[in-house]
Amino acid sequence: MSISSQSDLVSAEISPHEFSQLWRASRRESLGRAWYKFSRNPLSLIGAGTVLFVIILAVFAPYIAPYPEHVKPFTDFANASNPPSSSHWFGTDEIGRDILSRIIFGYRFSLTMGLVVLSIVVPVGVFLGLVAGYFQHTWFDTIIMRITDIFLAVPPLILALSVASILERNLLNSMLAVCLTWWPWYTRLVYGITTGLRNEFFVTSAEITGASKFHILFREILPNCISPVFTKMSLDMGWVIIIGASLSFVGLGVQPPNPDLGTMVAAGRRYLPDEWWMSVFPALAIVLVVLGFNLFGDGLRDLFAAENS
Amino acid sequence: MSVIFLAKRLVHSVFVLLGLSIVIFLIARIVPGDPVRLAVGARAPQWVVDNMREHMHLNEPLHIQYGYWLRDALQGDFGISLVTRRGVAKDIREFLPATFELALYSLFISVTGALSFGIISARYKDRWADNVIRIFSYLGVVTPSFVFAIIFLLIFAFVLDWLPAIGRLSNGLTLPPRVTGMVTIDALLIGDFNVFWDAFKHIIMPALSLAMGSMAQEARITRASMADNLTKDYIASARALGVSESLVMRRFLLKPSLIPTVSILGLDFAAGMGNAFLVELIFNWPGLSRYGMNAMLSKDLNAISAVILTFGVVFVVVNICVDIVVGQLDPRIRLSTAKGD
Repeated sequence: MSISSQSDLVSAEISPHEFSQLWRASRRESLGRAWYKFSRNPLSLIGAGTVLFVIILAVFAPYIAPYPEHVKPFTDFANASNPPSSSHWFGTDEIGRDILSRIIFGYRFSLTMGLVVLSIVVPVGVFLGLVAGYFQHTWFDTIIMRITDIFLAVPPLILALSVASILERNLLNSMLAVCLTWWPWYTRLVYGITTGLRNEFFVTSAEITGASKFHILFREILPNCISPVFTKMSLDMGWVIIIGASLSFVGLGVQPPNPDLGTMVAAGRRYLPDEWWMSVFPALAIVLVVLGFNLFGDGLRDLFAAENS
Repeated sequence: MSVIFLAKRLVHSVFVLLGLSIVIFLIARIVPGDPVRLAVGARAPQWVVDNMREHMHLNEPLHIQYGYWLRDALQGDFGISLVTRRGVAKDIREFLPATFELALYSLFISVTGALSFGIISARYKDRWADNVIRIFSYLGVVTPSFVFAIIFLLIFAFVLDWLPAIGRLSNGLTLPPRVTGMVTIDALLIGDFNVFWDAFKHIIMPALSLAMGSMAQEARITRASMADNLTKDYIASARALGVSESLVMRRFLLKPSLIPTVSILGLDFAAGMGNAFLVELIFNWPGLSRYGMNAMLSKDLNAISAVILTFGVVFVVVNICVDIVVGQLDPRIRLSTAKGD
């Protein structure tokens, strides 16, 4: 919404109904403009397309995968270790399962990992960052930010590996382990934004007019964190998928015979170099999804940067 | 670099590490299963279990247990490893140099690579060299290091047969006498070039796998900040005064453009330490990360705690070093902290 349209509203003294109509129209317009800008960058479009492609593969896996029965306990030794061919595009593994089908189903685990982890760490991290930032220089701030420092003092993969290693080995626990390492980044991010905003004019005006702390935190400050948080979420989908694949690569995540990309790379590693397709294709599948989320996230970042300038 | 700044940073780090030790202690205590049974085995008689429980202070309240644990840890006593059946501290001393050697090579590769590619990219902005570098650095950022490890293994060890696939030294060669614990350096110290060359060939692939991600990331950042600074007035005025383009690059542009690159180095190093757990496992590199990874896979709690704490200390030290270097590069930071925050 531009400033000129606001002053037009004031001078014309229009009714509240017309105002809301105008507001919605301008909102539609700015969304349209955002999409236009986003679509001007071919890389962002490729990223968005890749993300969409992977999501469709994961959701409709049973209908898309050529051999959906190969993700369940299944053996076909007559067709074991076949190189890529027209019937098995990415070849078969050591017990005859179709690699392509297992990759398509494997995306389900990758996306689940990313979605579940982010839907836990983002609310937690953002809330802690908001509170610590708004109540800066109080014991609230001190406790939250010192705990954040502690969790950031270990490389995330090492912390995730060690937590996952002492729990029972399954997808749920590996997600728990990644959650434990990931929230501090959002706390840091939102803390930085909040401390920068808490003395801004719109916050002090809200305080003076007697707005509740809840209102100030969630209605005044939080909307300013949305775009950086969204950008970070899109980029983090890729990183969380990598961490999840790393955990299952060493056997601390999704357990066989479930088709996880990391597990497949690890299993195929034993058959290098002759049966290279068993590990190389799942590995490239990981790169593809991470690349998609990164291009998409970079597109979002450029977009928000352009909006703000 | 002001002393006050460094002192503050050190005190803060000590508190962070203390906090980390509490977190590690708590994580190690919430493990499902009896630590005593894990330590003495399932068939030990009851009196052995009771004695061990007494010996490990497990009958005391939690905060007292932590006190004992911390006291021992500060004296370098992390208990016995369940896997190697030796003192964990001894294991760490044995395995740390190999990881340190790997980190040095990987750091060297990533920094020199990133600077060269970043500078070429900025110098020939939007030309073909820049575009090629940008595509590859983007791919480098999104590819996990264990994928690089597998691809390098396939290409350089199996297809081309240029480099040895696993380990630190070929069979038949004897390790040089241990001085630094880093085989390539120890071999040079006694002048054994044969061993040096063999060890060097062994370290290339793991170091390269670890370096790729941070090299790509830092190349991107170097390019971006150089391109950003190229539009600054002081560059225009230097050019207007007739300073040659290469001199502009070296004298005026490089130093301020390095600040973001160095700042990100701490984070990249952390990522590298984590990735080393997988890369050392793949290349069977006898370092601390592989030791930690094996400890994790066999739930060896004493070793896990000690390894995490060691990497925590290393990370804290690296971050302080990064701050010092950034302070040296950027007079604004140096001056503002000199005044005491």
